[in-house]
Formats: sequence, structure tokens, C-alpha cells
Amino acid sequence: MRHVLSSLIAFAPAALLVSAPVFAQAPVTAKPAPAAKNWTMPRTPDGKPDLQGTYSNATTVPVARPAYLGAKEFYTDEADKVASAAQAPAGRGGGRAAAPRAAAAVVVPEEGGLAVHYDTSQFGLGGPTVKRAASLRTSIITGPEGRVPPMLPEAQKMVAEKRAYQQAHQWDSAQNRPLAERCITWGFEGPPMMPVGYNSTLEIVQGQGYVAIVQEMIHDTRIIPTDGRPHGPSEIKRWMGDSVGHWEGDTLVVETVNYNPQVVIQGGPVSDAAKVTERFTRIDADTITYQFTVDDPKTWTKPFSGEYNMVHIDGPVYEYACHEGNYGMANNLSGARATEKK
Amino acid sequence: MHFRSRKSRLGGWLVVAGAAATLLSLAVIPTPAQAPAFKAPKTKDGKANLNGIWQANNEANWDIRPHSSYAGPVSSLGAAYSTPAGLGVVEGGEIPYKPEAAAKQKQNFADRMKLDPEIKCYMGGVPRSTYMPYPFQIVQGTGHIMIAYEYAGAVRDINMGAPTKAPADSWMGWSNGHWEGDTLVVDVTSLNDSTWFDRAGNFHSDALHVIERYTPIGPDALQYEATIDDPKVFTRQWKMSMPLYRRLEKNAQLLEYKCVEFAEEVLYGHLRKQPVQGKGDSK
Repeated sequence: MRHVLSSLIAFAPAALLVSAPVFAQAPVTAKPAPAAKNWTMPRTPDGKPDLQGTYSNATTVPVARPAYLGAKEFYTDEADKVASAAQAPAGRGGGRAAAPRAAAAVVVPEEGGLAVHYDTSQFGLGGPTVKRAASLRTSIITGPEGRVPPMLPEAQKMVAEKRAYQQAHQWDSAQNRPLAERCITWGFEGPPMMPVGYNSTLEIVQGQGYVAIVQEMIHDTRIIPTDGRPHGPSEIKRWMGDSVGHWEGDTLVVETVNYNPQVVIQGGPVSDAAKVTERFTRIDADTITYQFTVDDPKTWTKPFSGEYNMVHIDGPVYEYACHEGNYGMANNLSGARATEKK
Repeated sequence: MHFRSRKSRLGGWLVVAGAAATLLSLAVIPTPAQAPAFKAPKTKDGKANLNGIWQANNEANWDIRPHSSYAGPVSSLGAAYSTPAGLGVVEGGEIPYKPEAAAKQKQNFADRMKLDPEIKCYMGGVPRSTYMPYPFQIVQGTGHIMIAYEYAGAVRDINMGAPTKAPADSWMGWSNGHWEGDTLVVDVTSLNDSTWFDRAGNFHSDALHVIERYTPIGPDALQYEATIDDPKVFTRQWKMSMPLYRRLEKNAQLLEYKCVEFAEEVLYGHLRKQPVQGKGDSK
């Protein structure tokens, strides 16, 4: 029961820890697809590309490329995608985990946990009801390896120690629970922003000198100054880091540093040397190409990059009052206390 | 009126000069009866420019009514966390509670350590989020205006297009906005019944309907008004108003006050394993 409960609630951090990086790779900063023909970049009143609107960054593209696809970065077409999935090897690390699918639909548990099927279609939260940008990518992480590089030994040690501690003390207190379960961060806000299991919805609003991004999970607003100011003092750490932006042509480039040390990116601890660069480029009436590079020389053996498209949706972004409705926290802890008394 | 009185005392061409002088003086020095007509700076699409980081500077978060200073609820915190006196922000000073609601407010105040949603890090709702002692930022887009609050990372999206209907009740409500001259008027509905107006237990029901008005009154100040309508709790509509001030620091920015961490002990501390086994996974 405990496992089921915890997996249900904590699937997000679990999913982050899944991919075991194998290959090294070089960061890729490819240019986004050229803008659609017969389409003119809409502009805000002060002449900047207008990125405003509500978007979904849900995708069927997995973060890490399934191993059996090797260095194949793109499918040739939809038929190739289907044919490739059919050839996926069965079993763990093969078919289920590796075949391209909605990351939303299946929880891949931590080692030793139970597999829980989180049926989002049951709640009208995901599955076929969600609009996704079409993509022939085989993985969000770009480059020949298509997965995050290995962590440095010290970072691996930190992750292992934290996991061991967590397993031994997971029900001791609210503070021992994963950040997502505590409604502090969902783990996908980033930067880099990653598709969430469900409610992969965000809204962009541009004011004079600022771009603001609200992500539904967990109603976090990132306000990015684009007025040329430097980063804030390094003493001030933030859950979503300290972002400043500038325009390079029609691309919004955002650099983020000063992360709260409890933040995890792709399973790796974020160090005080972490810098994430994001690029937002609107490529047609409905689509923004989102690219990112994670550079954290104290955690990763080399930087890595990723890319996906986010697609315009009608919205709205709902209010995700996670903490306010977090009955699960008290229920789980009191369940654990009751079990101890048995 | 001015003009006429001058005319009765002065004759001929002096009237013209007098009128001109009167107009000139009106333009420069406001009479006490007339608010200075501040011309708000505009965005490039011609709207009053409300972009900026704003904050109230008053005692409304302790009690929106006029109140004397009094000791805080935790005696060990002494003078540091006691309540400063405040002039109040309720127009007329009185909140027109129905009798049973007035009793509930008193009970809320008595039980505030258990009940105040601020203690639990719950989103502040509207209008309380506006005058909590944290800044908030207005990001004025073309179709939508976003208001992001430092406290609890709460955010509101104000739809400036054709009004839309809320899909569900929420903590920060559903906001449809429009311009009346330089004033941003926001109609806020579908607020839940779980937020308060202040730390004194002043409250509302889920029938709350708030109409907010944000009017620039100087380069660095807005006048804020909130008309409160809640027939389940109050005998009539009432209004609160206060100035909001721009944060003028050169590097002013909204920081994070993600307070969940600070409320976990008060919410879940009684469910800790005893004795405490070392530190949490994220400490």
C-alpha cells in the first residue's frame, strides 16, 4: 500500500531518476527549423517577437533516445516511427520503457518499486485529449547519443547517498518526502522546462522589459528581465534559478544561474556552477521551438542539450493549488505512524 | 463659480485675465477638492503603463479595519512580531457583517493560530494578496495582464479580451479586466471560501465578488480600490482603498517566497516519526 501510494504521488521525481546515462555527447545548438512560409512573425507593440499565449509542451518524444535506435536522431516519417516502435526489443530497457510513447501514461518506478499505471485519460488529463506538437525526433536530448552524459563520480556518489538515505527514512517526516510530493517544485519547471506527466501547460506574457512564463505545475511564475540587467547576487538562490534574457534576432535567449542547491536536473544535483541556456523561437502561428543547454561542470562530464516544440492551445492555465490540497501528505504520514504501532 | 465671483467684483477685460489666471492655477496647483489629474505614462499600444513591481505600505494585512497596536499571538516573540496600529483601509472603517458573520470573525481571530491561511502558506486570494507585506509584479501583455505575487508564488492571469467564465472556483479567482481611461478595472469571481482578508480573521464566503480598480496617481504610485460584494456574509457592498507604491530599487525584482517549507512543521510536525531521525532528504 505504501509503495502504491508513494508511487502515485511521487512518480515525477521517480521518472527523473530513470535514465542511466551511458554515452558521452557534445552539446548541440542547432538552429530551429526555418520559419513557415507565408507567415510573418507577429510582434509586440515594442517590436519584439510576440511569444504570448498558452502552450502545451506535452510530447510523445522521450527525454532519452531508446538504445535500439542508436544514433538515429530523427524518424524519416510517421510510418518509420511506427515501424521502429514495432522493432523495439521486449522487456525492461526495451519495449515498454524504450518505445516512444507518452511519457505521461506510464510511471517508471525507482528500482524496487511497483509499476503503477497512472491512467491520465481516466481523469481527462492526458492521453489523446492533449494537443502535442508533431515531431519526428527520437529523443528530446539532441546529438548522436540522445541522452544525458554520465555524471561525475562525486555527483553519482551524492545521488546514491541521497537515495540510500531517502529509502531508509522516507516516511520520517514531510521534509523527507520528495519535493514534488511536498508541492515545492514539480521537478519539470526547470529551467530547462520539461514536459510534465500531465498538465503540461504554460502561458507566456510579455510586458515592457520582461517576459513572464507561468507553468501550471506548480503555478510557478518565472519573470525574465530582458532589459540587460545582470544576474542577481549569488547569495540569492531560487527554485527556478535566476534568469535574465536578451533577444538574438527573433530568438529569446535566457540564461539561468543561482539555483537552489536542492534542485535536480535530469537526476543530477545542481551545483553552484550550473548554467542553463534556453532559446525560444516562434516558427509559425502555433509553434515555439524550445532549445536548452545544461552546463554544470561540477555534476556532468560535459554539457548536454535538448529541443522540443511547444504548441499553442486555447488554455486556460488552471490554478494548480498543490500545497493547498495536499491531503496526501498528512494521510501518508499518519498511515506510516499507524503502521509503526502495529 | 470662481469665474462668476470674479466677474461680480471685477469688470471688463479683467475678467478675461482673471479667467486665464484661474485656469493656469488650476492646471498647476490642485485645489484641495480636486485630485491632481495625473497623466499616466503609456505603453506603446496606448494603455496606461502599469508594468512594475508594486507593494502596499500599510498595516492592512494585520487588520483591514482601524486598530490599535496589540501583542502578537506568540508571547516569546515579544515586540518583534506584535501588531502595529493601523488607520485601516475599509472606507468608513466598518465592515458590514451580518450578525452571525460578525461572531464568526471574532472566533476566527481567537483561533487564528490554527485557522489563518497565511500561517499555512496557502495562496492569499484577492484582495489580500495585494496588501500582504510582499511585493508583486504586473507584467502587462497585450491580451493578458499577469500579476505575480512573491508570497506563495501565487499568480493571476487577467484576461483583457471578451470576458470568459471560470472553469472552477480557485484561490486566486477568475479575472476579467478592461480599461476605463487610465484605470485597469478587474472583475474577480469564483474565489473559494478559504482565504481571509487579514490576520484578524476578517473573512468572506465563496459568494465573494471583487471589483478592483488600479489607477496611476503618480509616476510611482497606484490607487487601489476593491469593491467587496458577498451577500452571504455582508449586509451590503463595501469598499477598501489604499495606495500602492513602486519598488524603486535599481535592481528591484520579485524574489521567491515559496513558503511551503516554512509551514510544514506547523502542518505536519505532529506526524513526524519520534524521535526525529536526522535531516530530511532535501535539507
